Amino acid sequence: MTFSAFRILKEGLTGNTGWKPHWRDPAPKQDYDAIIIGGGGHGLSTAYYLAKNHGLTNIAVLEKGYIGSGNIGRNTTIVRANYFLPGNSEFYSHSLKLWEGLESELNYNVMHSQRGLINLFHSDGQRDAFVRRGNSMINQGDDAILLDRDGVRQHLPYLDFDNTRFPIFGGLLHPRGGTARHDAVAWGYARGADQRGVDLIQNCEVTGIDIVDGKVTGVQTTRGAIKAKKVAIIVAGRSGQVAAMAGMRLPIESHVLQAFVTEGLKPIINHVVSFGMGHFYMSQSDKGGLVFGGDIDFYASYASRGNLPMVEHVMEAGMTLMPMIGKARVLRSWGGIMDMTPDGSPIIDKTGIDGLFIDCGWNYGGFKAVPASGWCMAHLMATGQSHDVAKGFRLDRFLTGRGLMDEEGTGSQHNLH
Amino acid sequence: MRITCPICGTRDRREFYYQGAALALERPAPDASPETWNDYIHLRENPAGLTRDLWQHEGGCGAWVVVTRNTVSHEILATALASEVKKGAAK
Ligand SMILES: Cc1cc2nc3c(=O)[nH]c(=O)nc-3n(C[C@H](O)[C@H](O)[C@H](O)COP(=O)(O)OP(=O)(O)OC[C@H]3O[C@@H](n4cnc5c(N)ncnc54)[C@H](O)[C@@H]3O)c2cc1C
Ligand SMILES: [Zn+2]
Repeated sequence: MTFSAFRILKEGLTGNTGWKPHWRDPAPKQDYDAIIIGGGGHGLSTAYYLAKNHGLTNIAVLEKGYIGSGNIGRNTTIVRANYFLPGNSEFYSHSLKLWEGLESELNYNVMHSQRGLINLFHSDGQRDAFVRRGNSMINQGDDAILLDRDGVRQHLPYLDFDNTRFPIFGGLLHPRGGTARHDAVAWGYARGADQRGVDLIQNCEVTGIDIVDGKVTGVQTTRGAIKAKKVAIIVAGRSGQVAAMAGMRLPIESHVLQAFVTEGLKPIINHVVSFGMGHFYMSQSDKGGLVFGGDIDFYASYASRGNLPMVEHVMEAGMTLMPMIGKARVLRSWGGIMDMTPDGSPIIDKTGIDGLFIDCGWNYGGFKAVPASGWCMAHLMATGQSHDVAKGFRLDRFLTGRGLMDEEGTGSQHNLH
Repeated sequence: MRITCPICGTRDRREFYYQGAALALERPAPDASPETWNDYIHLRENPAGLTRDLWQHEGGCGAWVVVTRNTVSHEILATALASEVKKGAAK
């Protein structure tokens, strides 16, 4: 089932009775060429590109809940390519290009909105750092514009420019940055994969990974054993537990990241804005709610809710930057479980077990990565070779110390990102 | 979340700095293999459920505390001075 203007008109005139479910609900077969554990954004895009780019269609995606029930359906949807380090920058650059063609590729309205991202700075030192980042974005072929104070004022007149403690010096504008509708991305990839023959199997939790003589042979699930010679672990915050089924320990700690949304308001914020002196960033959804967030709660957790200190920090930072936000009422807050690596960068690699692949470590930034992660993971699974733009995402970089990508420059150690 | 410091009593989580898994108490010998050091610095059990981690009562007495807690419910089950735990382990 696809969308078109004609289809919408026809359905509108016939009482919308012709719409069908977007994907089938198949029972698991006994064996597949490849199994993907996890039906989040990354698992679904991997399945889609395995089918689309590599012609592999005898594939199952096994999801323990329902499609879109993980982080893919609970993030703040920022899409950008403003990374700084080699390894990261070419990957996110590739991802943004895929985003720019995604709606026609999937025939799905993912509401990708390139409204511009502005990262504010509040000191000369921060300005220098942003100039450097902007230059590396331009070198990568992406866009960056340095705004002085008046330049920022033209875009964001409602901020407190003269805050005594953190006056605004300027901002780095990334015009192609923006937002998208998170669950539509999952649904679009899910439908596209299903149309190409991929089985999306929901309510199917993987409980074991079968390995014989160092080779993967299949998985155990709550819906029975399923065989496959290739298995991919793509389970975000649950990576540690699923990898443990294969006897692996990962360089990952799971932490909670919270987000908040206010009641619907008239349009006020046209960009994505981030504060440079505290953990706070914000955009406005098409429904009018202000969507904002901060940093992780900073201790290992699997509770899908946050703790008060970070709520307070985010609210304080929001009030500092934009005092009028105090009039808006927060409607909801929630938390998702993030797979944090020591250097804050992801992993797309083979494991020590033949046929077992892993895609994880997305930290708090894996939404924008969904298209390129699937693209590169599919490439790795189909060809056995890392894709050029994902070559840096090695699992062994922590052991060798080569190619660490510590984007924040805080050190490659847990609890620093 | 409130954490009981063995010296100061029950205090708000804001007074504590989080270090991470309590395996930090089992530091390898300086000349141990790269694999052992990688294990210690980077690799984690990352359990959903019971865990033991190290917190410092930074905004209080400064003691390092081993906290046994549940990562799913955030319930704190026990706390002990890291120095005592380390002594116990050495015996
Ligand atoms: C509050 C918040 C805000 C965020 N904001 C942004 C942002 O603005 N920009 C950005 O780029 N990123 C953001 N992120 C990060 C982004 O959402 C994640 O990095 C990304 O969604 C993770 O990949 P995924 O979509 O595949 O994960 P998920 O959707 O979590 O998919 C993993 C799936 O695996 C399934 N699973 C787990 N265990 C098993 C098992 N044993 N068997 C079968 N299935 C299993 C889960 O049920 C889940 O559906 C944010 C995250 C949060 C929580
Ligand atoms: Zn104390």
